[in-house]
Amino acid sequence: MSDVLSDAGSDSNHDDSQEDVMTPAELIAKLEEAWLNEKFSPELLENKSEVVECVMEQLTHMEANLQRVKKGDAKASVHRMEIDRIRFVLSSYLRSRLQKIEKFFPHVLEREKSRGEGEPSLLSPEEFAFAKEYLANTETYLKAVALKRMPPNLQTVDMLKAVPEPCLDSFVFLRVKERQENILVEPETDDQREYVVDLEEGSQHLMRYRTIAPLVSSGAVQLI
Amino acid sequence: MFCEKAVELIRELHRISDGQLPAFNEDGLRQVLQEMEALYDQNQADVNEAKSEGRAELIPSIKVRHCCLLRDQRCVTAYLYDRLLRIRALRWEYGSVLPANVRFHMCAEENFRMTIVVLSQLQWFSQYKKSLASFMRSLGGGEGLDITQDMKPPKSLYIEVRCLKDHGEFEIDDGTVILLKKNSQVVLGVAWDILSCVCVMSVSLCPQHFLPRWKCEQLIRQGVLEHVVS
Repeated sequence: MSDVLSDAGSDSNHDDSQEDVMTPAELIAKLEEAWLNEKFSPELLENKSEVVECVMEQLTHMEANLQRVKKGDAKASVHRMEIDRIRFVLSSYLRSRLQKIEKFFPHVLEREKSRGEGEPSLLSPEEFAFAKEYLANTETYLKAVALKRMPPNLQTVDMLKAVPEPCLDSFVFLRVKERQENILVEPETDDQREYVVDLEEGSQHLMRYRTIAPLVSSGAVQLI
Repeated sequence: MFCEKAVELIRELHRISDGQLPAFNEDGLRQVLQEMEALYDQNQADVNEAKSEGRAELIPSIKVRHCCLLRDQRCVTAYLYDRLLRIRALRWEYGSVLPANVRFHMCAEENFRMTIVVLSQLQWFSQYKKSLASFMRSLGGGEGLDITQDMKPPKSLYIEVRCLKDHGEFEIDDGTVILLKKNSQVVLGVAWDILSCVCVMSVSLCPQHFLPRWKCEQLIRQGVLEHVVS
C-alpha cells in the first residue's frame, strides 16, 4: 500500500510547509489508527480533522494523477483500487463518528460546553454544527408532535437524562504500542489489594474501556 | 391501569423489524395524551385540596400519578424518537431523494391527511438532510466528501450488475455516458485479481459497459441496478 501511495502523491507534501511533515504512508497509517480506535471505542474520541483534511488532499491529488495515466494501463487500476480503499476508510471513519454524535448528542454537546479554554475540542467545527442542528431539529419535532399537547409541567424533556450515555464499561480488544506499568484493572474494588497489570509492548488484551481510555487518546494502545 | 397505552406504543415498536417505517399510531398517541390530561387534572384538584384543607393523605396518590405522567411522557418521546431513527435510516439507504413508493408510504399512511405528525416528520427529515449535506460539503476544508457512499469495503474494482429499470443516461467519472436500460444485459465486472489487460480485451469484445463499483452503490440501493453475484 505504501509504495503505491508515495508513488502517486509524493510531491504533494512538499508544497504545504507544516511543522510536522508526514509521508503519505504515515498519513494513511494515522488514518487507519484513528479509524480503528473510533470504530471500537464506545465513546466519541477527539477529532482528527487535520488527518482528514490531509487525506482528502491526498485523494484529490491521486485522482488528478490518475487522469494523466493512459486508459487501460495496469498501474491505473492499481491506483484506482487504492483510492477506493482509502476513501472507504475515510468515509467509514467519519460515518462512525457521526453515528456516535447522533446517538449521544446531548452528552457530546454537554462535554463541548464544559470544555476548558485550552482543552482540545472533541468535535470538529463541522461536527459541532451538525450536532447542534440535530438537537434543535429533534427538539422541534418532539415539541410539535407531542410535548406541546402535554400538561404544562411536562412540556420539556431533559435530553441529557433521556438519551443514554456511552457505556464506558464495555470491553474492548487492544494492542499495546508503548509499554505501560501499573494499570489499575478494577479501580472500584478498594477493599482488596488493588489489581494492577503491566502491559507489555506488542501484547494484546481484552479490557474494560474505562480503564484504558486515557491510553487510547494518548496513542499508547490501539483498539483492535 | 395507567400507562398501559403508552407501553403498548413501545411494544408495537418491538414487534416491527428494523428498517421499516410502520404507520403512525395516531390513535394510540391521542389516548396517551388524554390519559395524561386526566391525570394532570386530577392531580391539580388534589394538590389544591391538600393545600387548602391540609389533607396530607392525598400526597402519595399525587406522587403516583406524577410518576405515571413521567412514564407516559417518556414512552411517547421514545416512540417518536424511534420513528426519527427509522426515517434517518431512509436517508442513508436511499440517498437524498426518496423513491416514490417510500415517499408515498411516509405521507400516505394517514390517507393523505397532512396531519401535524406527517408534516413534522417531513420537516425533520428535510432538516436532517440539510444538516448532513452541509456537514459533508464542509469536510476537508470545503472540498466535500459523500460519506453515504462506500458503505462496504471495496473488494473489486468493478462489479457485475443487471439493470432492473430504465434509468436513462448515467455519466461515469471519465466522462463516458452510458445508457441504463431495463434488462440491459449484465454489465461485466472484473475481479480485482484478474489482470487488467484481460478486462481491456473484454471491453472491446462485448458491447456492455464497465461500472466502477463506487459509482453504482447508490443505484443498487435504489433498486435501479442489481448486483449479480456469480
